[in-house]
Amino acid sequence: MGSFLTMGATAPFVIFLAGAILATATRGHIRSVIMLAVPLVGAYNLYSMPDGFVMIGMLFDYRFDILRLDKLSLLFGYLFHLAAFLGIVFSLHLRDTTQHVSGLLYAGSALGAVFAGDLITLFVFWELLAVTSAFLILARRTERARRAAMRYLIIQVLSGVILLAGALIWIDAVGNTDFGQIGLHDPATAKGLGSWLIFIAFGIKCCFPMLHNWLTDAYPEATPTGTVFLSAFTTKVAVYALARSYAGTEILVYIGATMAMFPIFFAVIENDLRRVLAYSLINQVGFMVCGIGIGTALAVNGAVSHAFNDVVFKGLLFMSMGAVLYRTNKINGSELGGLYKSMPWTTGFCIVGAASISAFPLFSGFVSKSMVMVAALEHGYSWVWLALLFASAGVFHHAGIKIPFFAFFAHDSGIRCKEAPLNMLIAMGLSAAICIFNGSYPWVLYSMLPFPVEYAPYTWAHVLTQSQLLFFSALAFCWLKLSGIYPPELPSVNIDAEVVYRKLFPALIRGTGGVIAAVDGAVRMATLRMLDGCIREIRRHHGPEGFMAKTLHLSSMVFWVVAALAFVLVLNFAHF
Amino acid sequence: MTAIYAYFLTLPFAAVIEPHLPVLQVVVPLLCAPICVLLRHAKLSWLWATIVTWLVFFIALVLLGKVLAGGLIIYEIGNWPPPWGIEYRIDAANALVLVIITAIGAITLPYAKASVEKEVSEPRIYLFYLMYMLCLTGLIGITTTADAFNLFVFLEISSLSSYVLISLGGSRRALTASYRYLVMGTLGATFYIIGVGMMYMMTGSLNMADLATLLPAVDHTRTVLAAFAFVVVGLGLKLAMFPLHTWLPNAYAFAPSAVTVFLASTATKVAIYALLRLVLTVFGGTDLFNVTHISLMLVILAVIGMFAGAFVAIFQKDVKRMLAYSSVSQVGYMVLGIGLATAAGVTGSIVHLFNHAVMKGAAFMAVGAMFYVVGSVRLDDLAGIGKRMPVTTAVFLVAGLSLIGTPVTVGFISKWQLVQAAIELGWWYVAAGVLLSSLLAIAYVWRVVEVAYLQAPPEGAALRTEAPVSMLVPMIVLAAAAVWFGIDGDTTLRLAGEAANALMGAAQGGKP
Repeated sequence: MGSFLTMGATAPFVIFLAGAILATATRGHIRSVIMLAVPLVGAYNLYSMPDGFVMIGMLFDYRFDILRLDKLSLLFGYLFHLAAFLGIVFSLHLRDTTQHVSGLLYAGSALGAVFAGDLITLFVFWELLAVTSAFLILARRTERARRAAMRYLIIQVLSGVILLAGALIWIDAVGNTDFGQIGLHDPATAKGLGSWLIFIAFGIKCCFPMLHNWLTDAYPEATPTGTVFLSAFTTKVAVYALARSYAGTEILVYIGATMAMFPIFFAVIENDLRRVLAYSLINQVGFMVCGIGIGTALAVNGAVSHAFNDVVFKGLLFMSMGAVLYRTNKINGSELGGLYKSMPWTTGFCIVGAASISAFPLFSGFVSKSMVMVAALEHGYSWVWLALLFASAGVFHHAGIKIPFFAFFAHDSGIRCKEAPLNMLIAMGLSAAICIFNGSYPWVLYSMLPFPVEYAPYTWAHVLTQSQLLFFSALAFCWLKLSGIYPPELPSVNIDAEVVYRKLFPALIRGTGGVIAAVDGAVRMATLRMLDGCIREIRRHHGPEGFMAKTLHLSSMVFWVVAALAFVLVLNFAHF
Repeated sequence: MTAIYAYFLTLPFAAVIEPHLPVLQVVVPLLCAPICVLLRHAKLSWLWATIVTWLVFFIALVLLGKVLAGGLIIYEIGNWPPPWGIEYRIDAANALVLVIITAIGAITLPYAKASVEKEVSEPRIYLFYLMYMLCLTGLIGITTTADAFNLFVFLEISSLSSYVLISLGGSRRALTASYRYLVMGTLGATFYIIGVGMMYMMTGSLNMADLATLLPAVDHTRTVLAAFAFVVVGLGLKLAMFPLHTWLPNAYAFAPSAVTVFLASTATKVAIYALLRLVLTVFGGTDLFNVTHISLMLVILAVIGMFAGAFVAIFQKDVKRMLAYSSVSQVGYMVLGIGLATAAGVTGSIVHLFNHAVMKGAAFMAVGAMFYVVGSVRLDDLAGIGKRMPVTTAVFLVAGLSLIGTPVTVGFISKWQLVQAAIELGWWYVAAGVLLSSLLAIAYVWRVVEVAYLQAPPEGAALRTEAPVSMLVPMIVLAAAAVWFGIDGDTTLRLAGEAANALMGAAQGGKP
C-alpha cells in the first residue's frame, strides 16, 4: 500500500478521519476546538497542494488514484470544507458524540469521493458516504427516524452496489479504472451496460425523478443539525460525479428540467417545512443537472457555481428551520407562525437565504442560476428554458415566500421561545454573509470555476427579467392568499412515489407472504436436516472421539507413512 | 535490512567477521549451547541463551541485508571446494527463512522465562535452554547448508533436541507424545537419508547444486524415482503434511508452552523450506515433480488437510490442541503453494510461511499465558477470560482473525496470494477451497471468542490477573507484526517473490 502522505500534503479524508478519532476521545471545549480546526487544517492542506497534484495508493498490484487535483475537484473540495465548517459551527452546542463524529466522517467521505481519481476509490467513498450519513438520521433517536434511516440506508447502499457492478463492467470493457468522461453508450454492449449502471447509481444519489424519494423521506427525519450536513454533501457529490462523467449527455437536460419542475407541486402542498426545503433541494439540483446536460462551458460553469451557492443558501435555510425546530420542537407550517418576535436574527438570516434561493439580484442564486438558463436559451432548448423559468417562479413561491412567511409571520401561533443559540446564529450569519458576498461580487467564485467565465450577470436584461419574474410571482402569492385560493397549511401527509415501496411492496409481500412462508418453512426444515446430517457425519469422523482426531496407535501412524510412501512410489513408477 | 548490513560494516572487526557470517550463524549457538551445562543455573542459562539467540537474530538480519544488496553468498567450509567439501549457500530464500526462525527464536526467549519457570521443574531448566539452543542450531543448519547430507545431520540435531524439549512438558502424556514424535521423526529422517543415499549412488555427489546438474541425466532410473519418493515422504513427515501429521497434535498439546510457540513457528517451517529446496532446486533440473503428478498429489492432500485439520479443530475442547490442528490446516496452505509449482504459488507458500510463523506464534503465546494464569486451557476453564486477561485475549483475537484471513491481518495477504496463484492456473475449485476452509477457521476461533467474552468468569476467580509483562510484551510484538505486515503486505510479498525466484532459478543457474 502506498502512503497517504506525500510532499507534506495528505488526502483530505485522512484529516477528517483523524479529527473524528480525536473527537471521540475528547469532550467539551477541547472537542469544539478540534472540530473547528479540522476543516481549517483541511482547507490549508488543499491550498498547499500544487496544481495537478496526484496521490497514488497501491494495494497489491492495483493502483488507486486516491487524490486527483484539478479545477473541478478543487472547487468542490473548497466547497465541502466550507460546508463542513459551517455545519460544525452550527452543531457546536450539541453534546452528542454520534452526530459530531459521523458529521466529520461524512464530510470526509464526500471529500474522498470528490478527489477520487478512479472508479474503485469512488465506490469506496460512495458507500462510506451512505453509512456515515445514516447515523445523522439515526441520531434523532425516534422510531420514525430509525425506520427512515433504514429505508435511506438500503437505497444508498443499493446505489453503491449498482455503482460497483457498473464500474466493474465498465473497467472490464474499456480496460482502465479512470474516473473521467464516461457518457452513455448503447446498452446492448458491455461498455454501454456499464455506463448505464453507473449513470443510474449517480442518478439515485442525485435524485432523478422517481429515484428521489429517499431524500424527501429521510432528510426531514434527521436531527436539526444532521439535515444541515446532509443537504450539503450527498447530492452535490452526485452532481460532481455527473459533471465529471456525463457532461453533455442530452438526456440530462430533460431529466434536469423535470427535476426542477415536479417538486414545486409537492412543495406547495407540503406542511413540514423541512420537507418543503427537501423538495426545493431537488428542484435546485435540477438546475445543476440541466446545466451538466447542456454541457457547454457556460452551462457547466453555471451548474458548478450553482452547486456552490446552493450548498450555502440551502444550508442556511435548513439551519434556520433547524433552529426553529430546536427551539420550538415544531416544524409544521400549520403549527408555527409569528416567530419573528422571538427569533428576530433567525428571521433575518432566513430571509437572506430565501432571497438567495429565489435568485434576487445581489443575492447568490442570481449569479449562478441564470447562467444555466442563458445556456439553455443559447442552445435552442426553448421549452427547457420555459420550464426552468417556471421552476424559478415556483422556487420563489415555496422556498422564498412560504418558508419565512409560515414560520416567522403568518398568523401568530403564540409560541414564545428564546433566540437560537449563539453558535447557530454565527453559522447562519456566516452563511448569509457568503450569500450576499457571492451575489454582489461573484468574480471570486467565477475565478474558481472549471472554465473561464465571460458571463456578465448584471446586465439590464438579466436584472429586469428576474425582477419582473419575482414581483409578479409575489403578486400571485398575495392575490392567491387574499382570495383564499392558496392551499392552506393543513396538518397532512402527502403521498409521493415512495408509496410504492412504503405501502405497495409491503402489501404485496404480506399477500404472497403466506405461500412463501409455507414453502420457506419446508425448504428450511429440509436444509436444516441436511445440515444436521452433515455436521453429525463430520463430528463422527472429526469429533474428539472420531477417527481423525483420535490419538492413533503408533503402529497405525507408521502404517499411514508406509501407505503414503507406497502411493508415491507407485505414482513415480507408473510413469516410466 | 540493507541498513542493518551497512550498520554492521561500521562495527569493529566487521571486515574480519563478515566473510564468515554464514558459518558463524551455525557455530555460535552450537558452541554456546554446552556452556549451559557448565552454568547449571536456571536464570543464568536463560540470560546466556537470550544473548546468544538475539546475536544470531542480528547475524540473520545482516545476512539478509547482504543478500538483498549483493545476491548469493557462497561459503566453503574449511576452504574445501564443493562438491567434495561442504558448502553453505545463502540466497533470498534461506536468508528470509533464517530471519523468520531466528526472530521467533529470539522473541520467544523473553516470553519463555516466566512460562518455563512455571511449567518445568527448576533443576531441569538449564537443560531446557541447552536443548533450545541446539534445536535452533539444527534449524539454522538445515536452512543454511547446500549439502544434502549435511542437511540430514542438522535435521537430526534439531529433531533430537526437540524430542527432549517436548518431553520436558509437565504431564506424563508429554513423554508418550515425545516418544511418538521420536519414532515418526526418525522415520522421516531415515526416509530422507535413504533418498539422499540413492541419489549419491546414481550421481556420486551430495552437493545440492551439483546434484541439480547431474540428476537430469539419470532422472528416468528407478533409483532416482525412488529417491524422489523417499525424500518427499520423509520431509512430508517432518512438515506434518496431511496424512503424515499424526505426531503433531499431541506433541504441540503436551509440550511446555514456550516449546510449542517455538516449534510451531519454526520447525515445520524449516521442513517446508527443505522440501521446497529439494523439489525446486535439487530436482528442479528434472521434470519429475510434474511428470509423476506428485505436484497434483500435494495439491489434493493440501486441500484435504486444510479441511480435515480445520474440522477437527472445531470440535476440540483444549485450545492448545485446537491450535495444533489448526496448524495442520495451515500447513495445507503452504503445501498447496508448493504443489501449484508456479512462481505465484511458491511465493504464496513462502509468504504464508512467514505470516503463519507470526500469527501462530502470537496465538500460542496467548494460550501459554492463559495456561500460566489459569493452569488449564480447556475451553470450560476459560470462561470470561476476556475480562480477566484483556490484553492476552486481545492478542489471541488478533491472531485468530489472522488465522481466518481477515483483511488488515497477515492471513489475508497469504490467502490472497494463494487464491491468485490458483486462479492463475484456472483451478477455481482450489481457490474456492482456500476460501471455504478459511470460513471453518471462523468457527474454531469463534468458539474461543464466545467463551472468552460472552461467558461470565467463574465465581471467586480473581478479577484482573494478567500474565507477567515479560510474557505480554513478546506476544504484543507478534500481534502488532501480524497487523503491520497485514497492512504493509508489499514488503513480505516482495521478499517472498525474490525467495521464490531464488529457489526456482537456482536449478537453471546450476553450478556457480
